Amino acid sequence: MLRRVFPHPILSLTLVIVWLMLVNKVTPGNLFLGVVFGIVIPVMTAPYWPNRPALRAPLMAAEYALVVLWDIIVANFEVAAIVLFKRHDKIRSQWVVVPLELRSPEAITVLAGTITMTPGTVSATLAADGGSLLVHALDTDDPDAVRDEIKTRYERRLMEIFR
Amino acid sequence: MDQDLSLLAELLVAFFLVVGGFFALVGSIGLIRLKDTMQRLHAPTKATTVGVGGALISSMLYFLLIENQLSFHELLITLFLFLTAPITANFIAKTYMQDKIRRKDLPESGREYGWALYDHPPEMTDESK
Amino acid sequence: MIVTYALIFAFACFGFGLLSTMWRMLVGPTQADRILALDTMVINFIALIVLYGIWQGTALYFEASMLIAMVGFVSTVALCRFVLRGDIIE
Repeated sequence: MLRRVFPHPILSLTLVIVWLMLVNKVTPGNLFLGVVFGIVIPVMTAPYWPNRPALRAPLMAAEYALVVLWDIIVANFEVAAIVLFKRHDKIRSQWVVVPLELRSPEAITVLAGTITMTPGTVSATLAADGGSLLVHALDTDDPDAVRDEIKTRYERRLMEIFR
Repeated sequence: MDQDLSLLAELLVAFFLVVGGFFALVGSIGLIRLKDTMQRLHAPTKATTVGVGGALISSMLYFLLIENQLSFHELLITLFLFLTAPITANFIAKTYMQDKIRRKDLPESGREYGWALYDHPPEMTDESK
Repeated sequence: MIVTYALIFAFACFGFGLLSTMWRMLVGPTQADRILALDTMVINFIALIVLYGIWQGTALYFEASMLIAMVGFVSTVALCRFVLRGDIIE
């Protein structure tokens, strides 16, 4: 019964919070409307989400978000240095193939997004069976090191979050 | 005392404005200066996103600390931009690859199937889901 | 006072960003470059609107910038899909 009213509890909570942030004022009326949206929208969109991604370790997810945020800041300076000061015939861009151990589509989406947001790498495409990821690195001498860093720093954490 | 605090607030707002402007500048220079389309994809998707993030955070701090009104809209816009930037980057990369990059220019996928841009995915069975 | 100078600096940076996107859109050379330039243009534009909001000291412009962010994302995706598949909604 509870499953039918709240097919995605986290989505419902997110919708309520986002609605309150959108109207920018917490009043009983706004809260009520937010709760209505939080119940109606997940029920209506439930057919599009046949299997719910299981978020088993919320603390790990928070740690992951902080690590990614820190990496974005640090690596932005590196890219700034490359863009501003490196002669462009010295910039060595390479394709890097990252074999994936992750299997769930949600986890792979998060990994690809993370790779794109951390400067210096952009995820370009996926193998047709979802087994490996093609990454474009802006400037690197050692594609294997890029691959290993992605695997140890992000994929290992995601494996534990989306077990 | 109060004067010091407002000075500190102004410094904080100004700091984020300058950082945001700097990264936006880096992104634009990258967009002009880099040689190859895939390289150019790197500069704006990240530097500009962080630049806008800086501008939005400084706006939030400005309204919170100087005008004394709390606003979450900036946070929402920042989150939205950070969530959508990877998706647009991925779409643009795919557009470019389909247009200009042939299969032999890329490394092997190391799997039975090639890259999804050129190869059809295997039939989905219940087992593989 | 400091905020005013910082604002002018940021205005100059994002304005230069808009000009660079325009240049990249005219020069190309590939379609992907032009789409990338359009996307970056929208992002720079959002920042300029937010900065104008600080300049005027009003929170009126956030709805506008949020709507532009959403429309910009959807139009970039639609444009890419059109180039990729020749069709937007299959």
